[in-house]
Amino acid sequence: MMQNSDLIDQLKARAFEYRETIIRLSNQQPFGIHLGGSLSLAEILTVLYFNIASVDPEHPGWADRDRIILSKGHGNIGLLVTLAQRGFFPLSVLEKFNQVGSMYSMHTDVKVAGIEHSTGSLGHGLSVAIGMALVGKREKKPWKVYCILGDGESMEGSVWEGLMSASHFGLSNLTAIIDRNRLSQEGTTQETMELDPLSAKGEAFGWTVLEIDGHRIEEVLQAFQADSHGKPKLIIANTIKGRGVPALENQPASHFSHLDDQQLKIALDVIQNEKNDLKSR
Amino acid sequence: MDDYTGYLKKSSRDAYGMAFYEQAKRDERIVAVTADVPDSVRFTKFRESWPERFFNFGIAEQNMMGAAAGLAREGKIPFVSVYAIFAALRALEQLRTDIAYPNLPVRICTTHSGISLGQAGPSHHSTEDISIMRSISNMVVIAPADGLATAMAMHAIKDYDGPVYMRLSRAVEPTVYSSIGTYQLGKANLVRAGKDIALMAYGASVGNALIAAEALAKDGIEAQVVDMAFIKPIDRAVIIEAANLTRPILTIEEQNIIGGLGSAVAEVLAEENIATKFKRLGIPDQYTLAGPYEDLQRYYKLDPEGIADEARKLIE
Repeated sequence: MMQNSDLIDQLKARAFEYRETIIRLSNQQPFGIHLGGSLSLAEILTVLYFNIASVDPEHPGWADRDRIILSKGHGNIGLLVTLAQRGFFPLSVLEKFNQVGSMYSMHTDVKVAGIEHSTGSLGHGLSVAIGMALVGKREKKPWKVYCILGDGESMEGSVWEGLMSASHFGLSNLTAIIDRNRLSQEGTTQETMELDPLSAKGEAFGWTVLEIDGHRIEEVLQAFQADSHGKPKLIIANTIKGRGVPALENQPASHFSHLDDQQLKIALDVIQNEKNDLKSR
Repeated sequence: MDDYTGYLKKSSRDAYGMAFYEQAKRDERIVAVTADVPDSVRFTKFRESWPERFFNFGIAEQNMMGAAAGLAREGKIPFVSVYAIFAALRALEQLRTDIAYPNLPVRICTTHSGISLGQAGPSHHSTEDISIMRSISNMVVIAPADGLATAMAMHAIKDYDGPVYMRLSRAVEPTVYSSIGTYQLGKANLVRAGKDIALMAYGASVGNALIAAEALAKDGIEAQVVDMAFIKPIDRAVIIEAANLTRPILTIEEQNIIGGLGSAVAEVLAEENIATKFKRLGIPDQYTLAGPYEDLQRYYKLDPEGIADEARKLIE
């Protein structure tokens, strides 16, 4: 697949739009949102939904669609924004976000168009993705399965059960992406539970591993397109929790945050400057 | 329906393997899912016949249960079979959040339940699975009484569009059904008529209660024996009827008395404002001992003699 500069620019624009939307939502939601871990997902979700995956907003249940599971279900606000950008539903549905009875809430809900499985409890999504990929593999389906995990989530033992089984079953139709922002809810993953050497562990578990800068559209694109050599593919995307809100970048406090009007203005200005830099190049 | 004579006097576990094979023959959506114990759960013939529909996840029950949800999402009807405790406790959260919450048609058919893996002790005894499964929304909970009953249970759940927990034993249960009957979702089966006391049980305890009833009959006590195979949804009518006829009710189960069938029956009685003599017979709220199954049944008064003794005490 070609990586022309137009495509890259389009995707970058989408990622900016995503960040702006997330930041505004963080301001609109009185109690805040899962801000940091949604901002670290910006480029991963953008590239996946706007270039890599075959999905059809007009027919969310289309049989041959690619399956995408956000195992780090607390990133739901990011997924919802992406699905809205992609045309699955209008962004205005988020006016009901987190209200009683709304299917648009803190964690993913399968009732929402475009969402494959309800997640939220960590360490579940990969196994479900494996069940789907097993059907795809054994029945030679054209579709692929993508599963996005958090690095903190990867402390769960079930993730490693899943990693072990995916290579055992030869699931070359499965790609897992670990959003490696190095922070869990209350600390660094290094302090809380050392995950490194994550790439070496992935390889030892029988996966083709690619480690990339998860905020560089070009690298994310290349990683998704890369050959997996008949194995399941693990993309370790090094990211920054809270990316785009300087005061919160790499801060555990970004995990769940409300931005006040002043913080919102600063954050939007930062994004505007980045946008201007892109244009002027 | 199948020719059911082959199920007669089989253990629920053996009968499950047979009934599962027959159902799988007719429904290509059915797949087998296990964690290292395909022969123990009687998947052997299925695996040989349809290796492409067989999934062994190794000794990793959480991943197994989550993957079963994924298989169901792709239109399969997974039959997940491992020892009861490892499905109901080890993989409980996946079972609850990935299968039951989205109401996926996964059949969790567990073997070696209750105290039937006697010598293996509390680490392998499932004495909480029924109370846990009762509180899982969307879940149908069934525990057939013997081999023939297992075939009946498999038939009863065939078209249920949601998750099912079926509890099977390791041992050969005493025979309750000598000819084919039916299980209807949410309905109890009256297997012996009697006016003096109602013995309500599921699984192997039904057969033991029947034997106890014969012993009681020699003392002039006529016990009604009710196969409460469906612990959920529970048959309220059969409980209300028994109590309204002022029969004492003794519930019998290989499960902690907290939260099991006894609790379910007590809930109905309390909500219906019915007072009757009542006792829950089961594993008292403590961890089980290890030992031969028959000896354990005797120890916990879950053998026919123990049941008859408890029945006599309740009537007095």
